[in-house]
Amino acid sequence: MIAASWSLSAHAAPMNRTMAVPYVKGIMPVMDQRVYVHALLDQFEARYSGAGGQFRYDGQAWFGSDYNKLWLKSEGTVGTDGRFGDGDHEILYDRSISRYFDVQSGVRLDIDHGPTRAWGAIGLQGLVLYFFDAEATFYFSDRGVAGRLTGSYDIFITNRLILQPQAELNFYSNSDPARGVGRGLSDIDTGLRLRYEWHRKIAPYIGITYSNMFDKSMFFRENNGKNNSGVNFTFGIRSWF
Amino acid sequence: MVESVFPKRTSIGRRRFVTGAAALSCGAAMSPALARKAATESTLSAELPESASSFLLNVEKIPVRVGEQHAKGVGINGSVPAPTLRWREGDTVEIQVRNHLHEDTSIHWHGIRLPADMDGVPGLSFAGIPAGEAFTYRFPVRQSGTYWYHSHSGGQEQAGLYGALVIDPARRPAYTADRDYVVLLSDWTDADPMDIVSNLKFDGDYYNFRQRTVGTFLHDIRKDGLMASVRDRLAWGGMNMAPTDISDVSGIIYTYLMNGRSPEKGWTGLFRPGERIRLRFINAASMTLFDVRIPGLTMQVVSADGNDVEPVPVDEFRIAPAETYDVIVQPTVDQPYTIFVQSEDRTGYARGTLATQEDVLGPIPPMDPRPLRTMTDMGMGDMKGMSMGGEHKSDPMARMDMSSHEKAAEQDTAAHHPAAMHDMDMSDMPGMDMNDMSEGHMDMPGMSMHHAMSHQDSQKPQNKVSVMPQPESHLVSLQTGVEVQSLAPQPKNRLGEAGDGLDGNGRRCLRYTDLRALKRGIDPREPSREIELHLTGNMERFIWGFNGKKFSEAEPIRLALGERVRFVLINDTMMEHPIHLHGLWSELENGQGTFQPYKHTVNVKPGERLSYLVSADTPGLWAYHCHLLYHMDTGMFRTVVVS
Repeated sequence: MIAASWSLSAHAAPMNRTMAVPYVKGIMPVMDQRVYVHALLDQFEARYSGAGGQFRYDGQAWFGSDYNKLWLKSEGTVGTDGRFGDGDHEILYDRSISRYFDVQSGVRLDIDHGPTRAWGAIGLQGLVLYFFDAEATFYFSDRGVAGRLTGSYDIFITNRLILQPQAELNFYSNSDPARGVGRGLSDIDTGLRLRYEWHRKIAPYIGITYSNMFDKSMFFRENNGKNNSGVNFTFGIRSWF
Repeated sequence: MVESVFPKRTSIGRRRFVTGAAALSCGAAMSPALARKAATESTLSAELPESASSFLLNVEKIPVRVGEQHAKGVGINGSVPAPTLRWREGDTVEIQVRNHLHEDTSIHWHGIRLPADMDGVPGLSFAGIPAGEAFTYRFPVRQSGTYWYHSHSGGQEQAGLYGALVIDPARRPAYTADRDYVVLLSDWTDADPMDIVSNLKFDGDYYNFRQRTVGTFLHDIRKDGLMASVRDRLAWGGMNMAPTDISDVSGIIYTYLMNGRSPEKGWTGLFRPGERIRLRFINAASMTLFDVRIPGLTMQVVSADGNDVEPVPVDEFRIAPAETYDVIVQPTVDQPYTIFVQSEDRTGYARGTLATQEDVLGPIPPMDPRPLRTMTDMGMGDMKGMSMGGEHKSDPMARMDMSSHEKAAEQDTAAHHPAAMHDMDMSDMPGMDMNDMSEGHMDMPGMSMHHAMSHQDSQKPQNKVSVMPQPESHLVSLQTGVEVQSLAPQPKNRLGEAGDGLDGNGRRCLRYTDLRALKRGIDPREPSREIELHLTGNMERFIWGFNGKKFSEAEPIRLALGERVRFVLINDTMMEHPIHLHGLWSELENGQGTFQPYKHTVNVKPGERLSYLVSADTPGLWAYHCHLLYHMDTGMFRTVVVS
């Protein structure tokens, strides 16, 4: 675990204020500006339906202090045709702004087997009251704007058996036929996963996922030769470090 | 390897505690007391060693066998916990500490009044003891009683670098006993302390496997009805908090030790029926509050934090990290008595036996029910709409049925009602400032500070101290934010309570109001000013601090040499914080007037407001912090400058 003592200038160089105290050899009695590194692979799963199977992953990693972090997000799907799709990768600067929320800004890159797209991104991530995890991100590019809402909630059946409803919705101002994206509510991906935390950091799960394309996006997808909509039986492993 | 992936249902039978025989380069000439303690002795005998004035302490890695695993601890002279040191009041002790680790170390003499450069806090007292080097502590011993010593470097305190200090009084002791034992309590884990902090930063509930579930919800519905249970869940959920938050680190990774021994067999102290036995309880745990009892015996509490108090007969007492309590028991029957020490969150226990012969164990009583936090812990007062003095707005709280598991504190006639929160966003609640201590204070028998003051010998302050502008005093106005998850709208005087999970359990439990010093306080002056500190934190982010700031973001607390000040602590969090001021006594204002107890560590309950007086009689840089190791480590720390 990295435990460097460091502070970003963005956080008002706190050391200046304590310099008034003649600390012996400049040693600080506690290091409360440490940098921590964490990664969460929330979805790492196989999905099966009558139409075949696919693999999906969705993860985040962050590196930084209490106030300032570098935040990475990545998700994607390997479809029945073996091709990598729905690739969405974000590099964000994350700043803590309130009790439960961080504001994030940076770049989103759609990189997969299709044409690459780049967006600017700005959003909020955190904990809504009643323990709902939520992310709301706004994207902008010369192709228009887009938005994403994700949310999840942990229902403790027991302290180790946890049922998690989860949903992700994507909105676009303009359709992008080459990427199978339609205007308006373009797609939804939602799931109900039951995980067992035999260890906090490694939790196998089973679940049901449902995904659907709306509006024109359905049409585009079919033209792109993949149709993974509908209900899927899902199993996978949630892990983090 | 961080920890076993399999949950430790109980620590019994899974762990044995053996210290390795590390090379002991202890010069017999230097310390006959320690030289005779063979290095092969696996754990503390808890019998007091002979007193000495010069010591050689080798800080080294020590193999600790834990269950199947071989872990590494940090200890002294081949022992984890470190050996008990016995001093004499009036002596000047000389302690050479040699660092055999590959990292800096330090030793802090907890509760000992000494020159600031001997206090052992890296950065404040000295530069620490670098790897391979030595440092000699030398200071006069001007006090007596039970204390302890521990590392102030990184996670070494968690890893075993702690030991007992017993100081014989220069004159006749106030209380005599036929036998004298140290009972050193601690929490042991194989996990790396850095990993523990990192896990808590990711998930504050990482070690809490006692959260509410669908099952407890159904159970509560059956007990309290659907609406009450739903309202209760909404009240807590609306704050993003949980009443099951008792300890940040639990028995899931901790084995609770008594004198270095796991509860499988525990530690044994021998006695003959009719003898008076003095037990010197020390909580050397990093993160655990303990509840101590000896079923079948009444304990007379005779000393707190090293200072003699009027005897208080109790069945049970809570001891927070860094506190010490001496009790005297007098078993008259030839039978084994179990010293039963539960962690506050009831995820485990340490265990010992008072017996007339070795290898006889007493029965282990069932664990008590787990405490649950209440709205009082959330700083909602006791819901009696009491006036607190000063001006503040508090939303009217609608009453609702009390959950059956929430016990009202003894002296509260009104029950603690979880409040229906009215969509209460606590960020609207201003931090209260109470400039006038002596008015509008909570009504508690014999508890008004004003009342206590009036009994003091009204002696004119000897030397007037000019009051410097103080960034952290008075009119602390706080808002919720990144580092402040909640504010207590109605912090309450809770000195008359024993603590969450103890009040109303049918046993006589020690309360801070019970502590009355044997000797009158030495400084009768009124304080010249007050320093108000809110204990704040954000459990979701695992950031802790004072007044909404971490150590690195805050000014030091400046005291003028010789001045007498009142520290007012307001706990805005829902956890206990044992607050330790180095180098100076904290005279707890518990209603005992001029016989207020002198403490070095004051445990502040959730939602509590308390105060103590400090005479700044020793110059230097002093540490001031929460003694929950990972709270200190993540920001709950201040430098106090006395000049």
